[in-house]
Amino acid sequence: MADGARADTRTTPPPPLLRVTGIVKRFGGFTALDGIDLTVRAGEIVGLIGPNGSGKTTLINVVSGLLSANAGEISLDGRSLTGLPAHRRSAAGIGRTFQIPKPFASLSVRQNLEVAARDGVDIDAVLADVELDRHAARPVSDLNSVSQKLLDLARALVTRPTLLLVDELACGLNPVELARVAERLRALAAAGIGLVVVEHLMSFIDSITDRVVVMNAGREIFGGRLRDAVQDRDVVEVFLGAPEPVAA
Amino acid sequence: MRKGFVRETALVLLPLVVVLAVMPWLYNNQLLLLNIVVFLVLAQGLNLTYGFSGYLPFGYVGFFGAGAYGFALTLMHTAAPPLLAVLVGGVAALLAGLVLAPLLRLQGAYFGLASLAAAEALRHVIANQDLSEITGGPYGVRLDVPFRPVLTYGLAIGILVLVMGLVAWLRQSRFGLRLRAARDNPVSAATAGIDVVHGRLVVWLASATAAGLIGAVYAWSAPTFFPEAVFDLSFSIFAIVFTLFGGAGTLVGPVIGVVVLYGAYNVIGVSAPKYFQLVYGLLIMALVLFFPAGLASLAVRRRRDG
Ligand SMILES: Nc1ncnc2c1ncn2[C@@H]1O[C@H](COP(=O)(O)OP(=O)(O)OP(=O)(O)O)[C@@H](O)[C@H]1O
Ligand SMILES: [Mg+2]
Repeated sequence: MADGARADTRTTPPPPLLRVTGIVKRFGGFTALDGIDLTVRAGEIVGLIGPNGSGKTTLINVVSGLLSANAGEISLDGRSLTGLPAHRRSAAGIGRTFQIPKPFASLSVRQNLEVAARDGVDIDAVLADVELDRHAARPVSDLNSVSQKLLDLARALVTRPTLLLVDELACGLNPVELARVAERLRALAAAGIGLVVVEHLMSFIDSITDRVVVMNAGREIFGGRLRDAVQDRDVVEVFLGAPEPVAA
Repeated sequence: MRKGFVRETALVLLPLVVVLAVMPWLYNNQLLLLNIVVFLVLAQGLNLTYGFSGYLPFGYVGFFGAGAYGFALTLMHTAAPPLLAVLVGGVAALLAGLVLAPLLRLQGAYFGLASLAAAEALRHVIANQDLSEITGGPYGVRLDVPFRPVLTYGLAIGILVLVMGLVAWLRQSRFGLRLRAARDNPVSAATAGIDVVHGRLVVWLASATAAGLIGAVYAWSAPTFFPEAVFDLSFSIFAIVFTLFGGAGTLVGPVIGVVVLYGAYNVIGVSAPKYFQLVYGLLIMALVLFFPAGLASLAVRRRRDG
């Protein structure tokens, strides 16, 4: 899908859209991210997978500016984001969704997008795109959890991101909804947006990504195609159970 | 959007101003009338910060006192005309708001208490014996300023119009909507590109300035006062209870609160003010716990379709 973007630049590859190097994040004495690197190109979908607690959400929080890293560098389009607060990163082009949707509870569905929308964004079109147009005037508390997830996605989209971080959007969706979301994410990539998609559902990851990064305990243990990842000894061990029990 | 602003202004602000403007002909208690406007401004000023960013400053009276003393000290030490001194009162409160802006990092009760401590500290500085030469210290001030009841009453109404206009605008504007979003969920607000800190600071400073301006007008209308009088915690408690009772974040709520509760206070409370502080203290707790959206929310609930 994203091959077109890469093929014509064989001589001098363009700088990646997102470049994350050596990110370390500690919570007290616990190291949640232990020197993570990640690059994402425009129009590329990178799958970020790993067992529970491996640091996927923490990485998204650090990139989107909700957490500040103890060490490491983040740049978007060659511009350093290190130290920039979250709202500035949004303005710089980083959009994200939340594992558990975080709507603005006292606002209507449409107002949830109005507050986030950049000038010139057609809010009604975005609402229609995630099939929430019928609920535009309703309070968000009327929405079910799947609709709240889609609203989260819509809110990220009206900020016109160049990089979209998607944290477990697929969980809870039925197969029809899954196929639709997959199609939508592919369309975003085709439009040149870079995506990082965190997901436990492997079939979903397989259907949309060219490349996956497998994390465990705050480190990357594999990077490459999903079909090669499932052959990888470390990856298999992490997913099918470590030889020694992992502490909760 | 703009239609809502016009409608609310026409339905709430305009009738209120008309009533306040004709009141002096119907009712001959100038001091009480001025006090009503003072409390309307304080309630709406508190509404700015509590209703739109969720901060409940128990020390709100500190800005009122800063305004009263900003006014008084200007008249005592310069040749400035009283009108200019009123502005200085507003600026004094604005500066106090800026100094206290770091308190906005605190949450809930910690913020409320810290603001209370700040107001008390300011009162102690002003009432300090060693500063008597400058501030009048514990002996208070006795200003030599022309008594202009019509002008001060008109000024107070003008300040009320400004503050309520700002509340009405916040209720309809995108900026106000973004403030509400930040209040609902500061984390998603930040990731949606909203500068949460900036928004809170703006309403905080506006709220402080409103209290300062009306504090200055109050000082002009009653130019002999002690520090205790203009830093009286009752001002904070009244403003809070009026706003919560009527409904924070609305335009009409604080007005309802002042009319009903300040009315009740004047009918039965003045003879037993200490009782009323107790009752109002309890009322604040009950409102926060069981009825956080106030009376105005009853009307809102009935016509909630967009
Ligand atoms: N704010 C925090 N304070 C302390 N520890 C945290 C915090 N956030 C995350 N952690 C810890 O960091 C580790 C990584 O958490 P993270 O949420 O990033 O995992 P994850 O890969 O997203 O897991 P899941 O698949 O369950 O969502 C976990 O052990 C978690 O308990
Ligand atoms: Mg997670």
